[in-house]
Amino acid sequence: MSAVFEYALRLGDDALVLGHRLSQWIGFAPVLEEELALGNIALDNLDLAQAALSLAGEVEGAGRDADALAYFRDDAGFRNALLVEQPDHDFAWTVARQALFAAFALPNYRALAKSAEPRLAAIGAKAAREAGYHARHARTWVMRLGDGTSESHRRMQTAFEELFPYLGELLEADAVTRELATAGIAPDPSAFAAEAHAEIEGLLRGATLTRPDPGAFQPRGGRSGRHSEHLSRMLAEMQVLARAHPGAKW
Amino acid sequence: MSAETQFALWEVFVQEKTGAPHTHVGSVHAADAELALQNARDTFARRDKLVSIWVVESERIVASKSEHAAEMFEPGPAKIYRHPRFYRPANPKKSK
Repeated sequence: MSAVFEYALRLGDDALVLGHRLSQWIGFAPVLEEELALGNIALDNLDLAQAALSLAGEVEGAGRDADALAYFRDDAGFRNALLVEQPDHDFAWTVARQALFAAFALPNYRALAKSAEPRLAAIGAKAAREAGYHARHARTWVMRLGDGTSESHRRMQTAFEELFPYLGELLEADAVTRELATAGIAPDPSAFAAEAHAEIEGLLRGATLTRPDPGAFQPRGGRSGRHSEHLSRMLAEMQVLARAHPGAKW
Repeated sequence: MSAETQFALWEVFVQEKTGAPHTHVGSVHAADAELALQNARDTFARRDKLVSIWVVESERIVASKSEHAAEMFEPGPAKIYRHPRFYRPANPKKSK
Protein backbone atom coordinates (compact mmCIF):
# COMPACT_ATOMS: atom_id res chain seq x y z
CA MET A 1 0.00 0.00 0.00
CA SER A 2 1.47 3.35 -0.96
CA ALA A 3 2.38 5.84 1.73
CA VAL A 4 0.32 8.56 0.04
CA PHE A 5 -2.77 6.32 0.17
CA GLU A 6 -2.20 5.63 3.88
CA TYR A 7 -1.61 9.30 4.57
CA ALA A 8 -4.69 10.46 2.68
CA LEU A 9 -6.76 7.95 4.67
CA ARG A 10 -5.40 9.31 7.96
CA LEU A 11 -6.12 12.86 6.91
CA GLY A 12 -9.60 12.01 5.67
CA ASP A 13 -10.54 9.68 8.53
CA ASP A 14 -9.48 12.16 11.24
CA ALA A 15 -11.73 14.74 9.61
CA LEU A 16 -14.60 12.34 8.88
CA VAL A 17 -14.78 10.88 12.38
CA LEU A 18 -14.32 14.25 14.10
CA GLY A 19 -16.89 15.82 11.77
CA HIS A 20 -19.41 13.09 12.53
CA ARG A 21 -18.82 13.40 16.27
CA LEU A 22 -19.48 17.15 16.06
CA SER A 23 -22.59 16.63 13.95
CA GLN A 24 -24.02 14.49 16.77
CA TRP A 25 -24.55 17.74 18.70
CA ILE A 26 -27.17 18.88 16.19
CA GLY A 27 -30.44 19.07 18.09
CA PHE A 28 -28.68 18.85 21.46
CA ALA A 29 -26.25 21.78 21.65
CA PRO A 30 -26.50 24.02 24.72
CA VAL A 31 -27.64 27.05 22.70
CA LEU A 32 -28.77 27.62 19.14
CA GLU A 33 -25.75 29.74 18.18
CA GLU A 34 -23.38 27.03 19.43
CA GLU A 35 -25.26 24.41 17.48
CA LEU A 36 -24.64 26.43 14.31
CA ALA A 37 -20.96 26.82 15.22
CA LEU A 38 -20.50 23.09 15.80
CA GLY A 39 -22.43 22.34 12.61
CA ASN A 40 -20.20 24.69 10.61
CA ILE A 41 -17.06 23.09 12.01
CA ALA A 42 -18.47 19.62 11.34
CA LEU A 43 -19.16 20.58 7.71
CA ASP A 44 -15.64 21.97 7.25
CA ASN A 45 -14.34 18.63 8.47
CA LEU A 46 -16.64 16.64 6.17
CA ASP A 47 -15.51 18.74 3.23
CA LEU A 48 -11.88 17.99 4.07
CA ALA A 49 -12.74 14.30 4.50
CA GLN A 50 -14.35 14.21 1.08
CA ALA A 51 -11.30 15.77 -0.59
CA ALA A 52 -8.79 13.54 1.23
CA LEU A 53 -10.76 10.32 0.74
CA SER A 54 -11.33 11.11 -2.95
CA LEU A 55 -7.58 11.51 -3.29
CA ALA A 56 -7.02 8.24 -1.41
CA GLY A 57 -9.39 6.49 -3.82
CA GLU A 58 -7.60 7.95 -6.86
CA VAL A 59 -4.17 6.97 -5.54
CA GLU A 60 -5.40 3.48 -4.71
CA GLY A 61 -6.79 3.06 -8.24
CA ALA A 62 -9.23 0.31 -7.25
CA GLY A 63 -12.36 2.23 -8.19
CA ARG A 64 -13.29 3.29 -4.65
CA ASP A 65 -14.53 6.87 -4.27
CA ALA A 66 -14.90 8.92 -1.08
CA ASP A 67 -18.34 7.44 -0.34
CA ALA A 68 -17.10 3.87 -0.79
CA LEU A 69 -14.27 4.55 1.64
CA ALA A 70 -16.48 6.36 4.15
CA TYR A 71 -19.40 3.95 4.18
CA PHE A 72 -18.04 0.54 3.26
CA ARG A 73 -14.96 0.12 5.42
CA ASP A 74 -15.24 -1.44 8.88
CA ASP A 75 -13.55 0.04 11.94
CA ALA A 76 -10.30 -1.89 11.36
CA GLY A 77 -10.01 -0.17 7.98
CA PHE A 78 -10.17 3.31 9.52
CA ARG A 79 -6.90 5.19 10.08
CA ASN A 80 -8.07 8.05 12.30
CA ALA A 81 -6.29 8.78 15.56
CA LEU A 82 -8.06 7.55 18.70
CA LEU A 83 -8.65 11.10 19.98
CA VAL A 84 -11.27 12.01 17.39
CA GLU A 85 -13.47 8.95 18.02
CA GLN A 86 -13.77 9.63 21.76
CA PRO A 87 -17.39 10.28 22.75
CA ASP A 88 -18.82 13.52 24.12
CA HIS A 89 -19.76 13.00 27.73
CA ASP A 90 -20.52 16.70 27.97
CA PHE A 91 -19.70 19.95 26.17
CA ALA A 92 -16.33 20.16 27.97
CA TRP A 93 -15.23 16.94 26.27
CA THR A 94 -16.11 18.41 22.90
CA VAL A 95 -14.10 21.58 23.35
CA ALA A 96 -11.17 19.76 25.01
CA ARG A 97 -11.05 17.33 22.08
CA GLN A 98 -11.28 20.24 19.63
CA ALA A 99 -8.45 22.11 21.34
CA LEU A 100 -6.19 19.04 21.49
CA PHE A 101 -6.87 18.13 17.87
CA ALA A 102 -6.26 21.73 16.76
CA ALA A 103 -2.86 21.76 18.49
CA PHE A 104 -1.86 19.00 16.06
CA ALA A 105 -4.02 19.85 13.06
CA LEU A 106 -3.22 23.53 12.59
CA PRO A 107 0.58 23.16 12.25
CA ASN A 108 0.00 19.94 10.31
CA TYR A 109 -2.27 21.59 7.72
CA ARG A 110 0.04 24.60 7.45
CA ALA A 111 3.00 22.36 6.71
CA LEU A 112 0.94 20.21 4.35
CA ALA A 113 0.10 23.33 2.33
CA LYS A 114 3.75 23.26 1.22
CA SER A 115 3.56 19.64 0.02
CA ALA A 116 5.31 18.60 -3.18
CA GLU A 117 2.08 16.73 -4.05
CA PRO A 118 -0.17 19.52 -5.37
CA ARG A 119 -3.46 17.85 -4.42
CA LEU A 120 -2.32 17.44 -0.81
CA ALA A 121 -1.00 21.01 -0.82
CA ALA A 122 -4.42 22.29 -1.93
CA ILE A 123 -6.18 20.28 0.80
CA GLY A 124 -3.70 21.57 3.40
CA ALA A 125 -4.06 25.20 2.38
CA LYS A 126 -7.86 25.16 2.57
CA ALA A 127 -7.91 23.18 5.81
CA ALA A 128 -5.37 25.52 7.44
CA ARG A 129 -7.64 28.54 6.84
CA GLU A 130 -10.63 26.77 8.38
CA ALA A 131 -8.71 25.17 11.25
CA GLY A 132 -7.54 28.61 12.40
CA TYR A 133 -11.14 29.41 13.27
CA HIS A 134 -11.80 25.96 14.75
CA ALA A 135 -8.82 26.46 17.07
CA ARG A 136 -10.04 29.89 18.12
CA HIS A 137 -13.52 28.57 18.83
CA ALA A 138 -12.10 25.78 21.02
CA ARG A 139 -9.71 28.09 22.89
CA THR A 140 -12.48 30.57 23.62
CA TRP A 141 -14.58 27.91 25.31
CA VAL A 142 -11.73 26.25 27.21
CA MET A 143 -10.80 29.63 28.69
CA ARG A 144 -14.35 30.45 29.73
CA LEU A 145 -15.24 27.05 31.14
CA GLY A 146 -11.88 26.48 32.81
CA ASP A 147 -11.91 29.92 34.40
CA GLY A 148 -15.68 29.92 34.95
CA THR A 149 -17.68 28.42 37.81
CA SER A 150 -16.36 25.65 40.05
CA GLU A 151 -18.61 23.21 38.18
CA SER A 152 -17.43 24.24 34.71
CA HIS A 153 -13.81 24.17 35.94
CA ARG A 154 -14.26 20.65 37.32
CA ARG A 155 -15.79 19.38 34.07
CA MET A 156 -13.15 21.04 31.91
CA GLN A 157 -10.36 19.56 34.05
CA THR A 158 -11.94 16.09 33.87
CA ALA A 159 -12.25 16.29 30.09
CA PHE A 160 -8.57 17.19 29.73
CA GLU A 161 -7.53 14.44 32.17
CA GLU A 162 -9.36 11.92 30.01
CA LEU A 163 -8.39 13.22 26.57
CA PHE A 164 -4.90 14.66 26.98
CA PRO A 165 -3.19 11.22 26.76
CA TYR A 166 -4.50 10.85 23.19
CA LEU A 167 -2.46 13.82 21.97
CA GLY A 168 0.67 11.66 21.91
CA GLU A 169 -0.54 9.44 19.06
CA LEU A 170 -1.25 12.43 16.82
CA LEU A 171 2.27 13.77 17.25
CA GLU A 172 4.12 10.54 16.56
CA ALA A 173 6.18 9.81 13.46
CA ASP A 174 6.09 6.36 11.91
CA ALA A 175 7.24 4.67 8.68
CA VAL A 176 4.55 6.41 6.60
CA THR A 177 5.20 9.98 7.82
CA ARG A 178 8.98 9.46 7.72
CA GLU A 179 8.85 8.30 4.08
CA LEU A 180 6.60 11.21 3.07
CA ALA A 181 8.58 13.78 5.04
CA THR A 182 11.78 12.71 3.29
CA ALA A 183 10.05 13.14 -0.08
CA GLY A 184 8.64 16.55 0.94
CA ILE A 185 5.08 15.26 0.50
CA ALA A 186 3.77 15.48 4.06
CA PRO A 187 5.10 16.79 7.38
CA ASP A 188 6.54 14.62 10.12
CA PRO A 189 4.18 15.36 13.05
CA SER A 190 6.95 14.91 15.60
CA ALA A 191 8.50 18.08 14.13
CA PHE A 192 5.77 20.20 15.75
CA ALA A 193 5.17 18.08 18.87
CA ALA A 194 6.94 20.60 21.12
CA GLU A 195 4.95 23.48 19.60
CA ALA A 196 1.67 21.58 20.12
CA HIS A 197 2.48 20.76 23.74
CA ALA A 198 3.46 24.37 24.42
CA GLU A 199 0.17 25.53 22.88
CA ILE A 200 -1.86 23.24 25.13
CA GLU A 201 0.20 24.10 28.18
CA GLY A 202 -0.35 27.82 27.59
CA LEU A 203 -4.07 27.29 27.03
CA LEU A 204 -4.47 25.25 30.21
CA ARG A 205 -2.54 27.80 32.26
CA GLY A 206 -4.66 30.64 30.89
CA ALA A 207 -7.80 28.68 31.72
CA THR A 208 -6.59 28.01 35.31
CA LEU A 209 -6.47 24.28 34.56
CA THR A 210 -3.80 21.80 35.59
CA ARG A 211 -1.88 20.04 32.84
CA PRO A 212 -2.26 16.27 33.07
CA ASP A 213 0.95 14.26 33.41
CA PRO A 214 2.54 14.06 29.94
CA GLY A 215 4.46 10.96 31.06
CA ALA A 216 1.26 8.97 31.71
CA PHE A 217 0.23 6.04 29.50
CA GLN A 218 -0.68 7.13 25.97
CA PRO A 219 -3.11 4.95 24.07
CA ARG A 220 -2.32 4.43 20.38
CA GLY A 221 -3.31 2.14 17.53
CA GLY A 222 -5.72 4.22 15.45
CA ARG A 223 -3.22 4.70 12.62
CA SER A 224 -3.02 0.92 12.19
CA GLY A 225 -6.75 0.26 12.55
CA ARG A 226 -6.89 -0.77 16.22
CA HIS A 227 -9.70 1.36 17.58
CA SER A 228 -11.78 1.74 20.71
CA GLU A 229 -15.35 0.39 20.81
CA HIS A 230 -16.56 3.97 20.39
CA LEU A 231 -15.64 4.00 16.71
CA SER A 232 -17.64 0.87 15.81
CA ARG A 233 -20.72 2.26 17.53
CA MET A 234 -20.31 5.54 15.71
CA LEU A 235 -19.77 3.84 12.35
CA ALA A 236 -22.82 1.61 12.84
CA GLU A 237 -24.95 4.74 13.00
CA MET A 238 -23.04 6.63 10.30
CA GLN A 239 -22.98 3.78 7.77
CA VAL A 240 -26.30 2.02 8.26
CA LEU A 241 -28.26 3.99 5.70
CA ALA A 242 -25.66 3.72 2.93
CA ARG A 243 -25.33 -0.01 3.57
CA ALA A 244 -29.06 -0.67 3.72
CA HIS A 245 -29.59 1.14 0.41
CA PRO A 246 -26.36 0.81 -1.61
CA GLY A 247 -26.10 3.38 -4.38
CA ALA A 248 -29.14 5.33 -3.18
CA LYS A 249 -29.34 8.93 -4.46
CA TRP A 250 -31.09 11.96 -3.00
CA MET B 1 -36.95 30.61 28.03
CA SER B 2 -36.79 33.03 30.94
CA ALA B 3 -34.47 36.02 30.99
CA GLU B 4 -32.21 34.41 33.64
CA THR B 5 -31.37 31.42 31.46
CA GLN B 6 -30.57 33.45 28.34
CA PHE B 7 -27.28 35.08 27.51
CA ALA B 8 -27.39 38.79 26.64
CA LEU B 9 -28.74 39.79 23.25
CA TRP B 10 -26.38 41.35 20.69
CA GLU B 11 -27.31 43.04 17.42
CA VAL B 12 -25.29 42.02 14.38
CA PHE B 13 -24.22 44.27 11.49
CA VAL B 14 -22.32 42.91 8.51
CA GLN B 15 -20.35 44.57 5.73
CA GLU B 16 -20.27 42.89 2.34
CA LYS B 17 -17.42 44.86 0.84
CA THR B 18 -14.93 47.47 1.95
CA GLY B 19 -16.49 50.92 2.01
CA ALA B 20 -20.05 49.62 1.99
CA PRO B 21 -22.22 50.37 5.02
CA HIS B 22 -22.63 47.79 7.77
CA THR B 23 -26.16 46.47 7.53
CA HIS B 24 -28.23 45.09 10.39
CA VAL B 25 -28.93 41.42 9.76
CA GLY B 26 -30.28 40.11 13.06
CA SER B 27 -29.21 39.22 16.57
CA VAL B 28 -27.49 36.51 18.58
CA HIS B 29 -27.29 35.57 22.25
CA ALA B 30 -23.83 35.45 23.80
CA ALA B 31 -22.12 35.65 27.19
CA ASP B 32 -19.56 38.27 26.16
CA ALA B 33 -18.27 40.34 23.24
CA GLU B 34 -15.84 37.77 21.85
CA LEU B 35 -18.43 35.01 21.87
CA ALA B 36 -20.96 37.39 20.34
CA LEU B 37 -18.59 38.00 17.45
CA GLN B 38 -18.00 34.26 17.02
CA ASN B 39 -21.71 33.50 17.18
CA ALA B 40 -22.42 36.26 14.67
CA ARG B 41 -19.81 34.78 12.34
CA ASP B 42 -21.31 31.30 12.67
CA THR B 43 -24.87 32.50 12.26
CA PHE B 44 -24.58 35.16 9.56
CA ALA B 45 -21.31 34.53 7.70
CA ARG B 46 -22.01 30.91 6.82
CA ARG B 47 -22.85 31.36 3.16
CA ASP B 48 -22.10 34.89 1.95
CA LYS B 49 -18.65 36.39 1.76
CA LEU B 50 -18.25 39.24 4.25
CA VAL B 51 -15.39 41.58 5.08
CA SER B 52 -16.43 42.83 8.52
CA ILE B 53 -18.88 42.18 11.34
CA TRP B 54 -19.97 44.51 14.13
CA VAL B 55 -21.80 43.36 17.22
CA VAL B 56 -23.32 45.66 19.79
CA GLU B 57 -25.22 44.79 22.95
CA SER B 58 -28.87 45.36 22.15
CA GLU B 59 -29.49 47.23 25.39
CA ARG B 60 -26.83 49.77 24.39
CA ILE B 61 -28.90 50.85 21.43
CA VAL B 62 -31.00 53.94 22.06
CA ALA B 63 -34.20 53.60 20.08
CA SER B 64 -37.04 55.99 19.38
CA LYS B 65 -40.37 55.10 20.92
CA SER B 66 -43.37 54.28 18.77
CA GLU B 67 -45.63 56.61 20.82
CA HIS B 68 -43.38 59.50 19.76
CA ALA B 69 -43.56 58.57 16.09
CA ALA B 70 -45.91 61.45 15.26
CA GLU B 71 -43.63 64.27 16.41
CA MET B 72 -40.46 62.42 15.40
CA PHE B 73 -41.36 61.53 11.85
CA GLU B 74 -44.31 63.62 10.71
CA PRO B 75 -42.29 66.60 9.38
CA GLY B 76 -40.57 64.69 6.56
CA PRO B 77 -43.09 64.11 3.81
CA ALA B 78 -45.31 67.06 4.79
CA LYS B 79 -42.64 69.71 4.38
CA ILE B 80 -41.89 69.63 0.72
CA TYR B 81 -39.44 72.56 0.99
CA ARG B 82 -37.05 70.16 2.70
CA HIS B 83 -36.73 68.09 -0.44
CA PRO B 84 -34.44 69.24 -3.26
CA ARG B 85 -37.12 68.98 -5.92
CA PHE B 86 -37.21 72.62 -7.15
CA TYR B 87 -34.05 72.42 -9.17
CA ARG B 88 -34.09 71.71 -12.85
CA PRO B 89 -31.52 69.02 -13.72
CA ALA B 90 -28.67 70.39 -15.85
CA ASN B 91 -29.01 67.50 -18.24
CA PRO B 92 -32.54 66.08 -18.10
CA LYS B 93 -31.79 63.24 -20.50
CA LYS B 94 -29.25 61.74 -18.16
CA SER B 95 -31.28 61.96 -15.00
CA LYS B 96 -34.14 59.66 -14.32
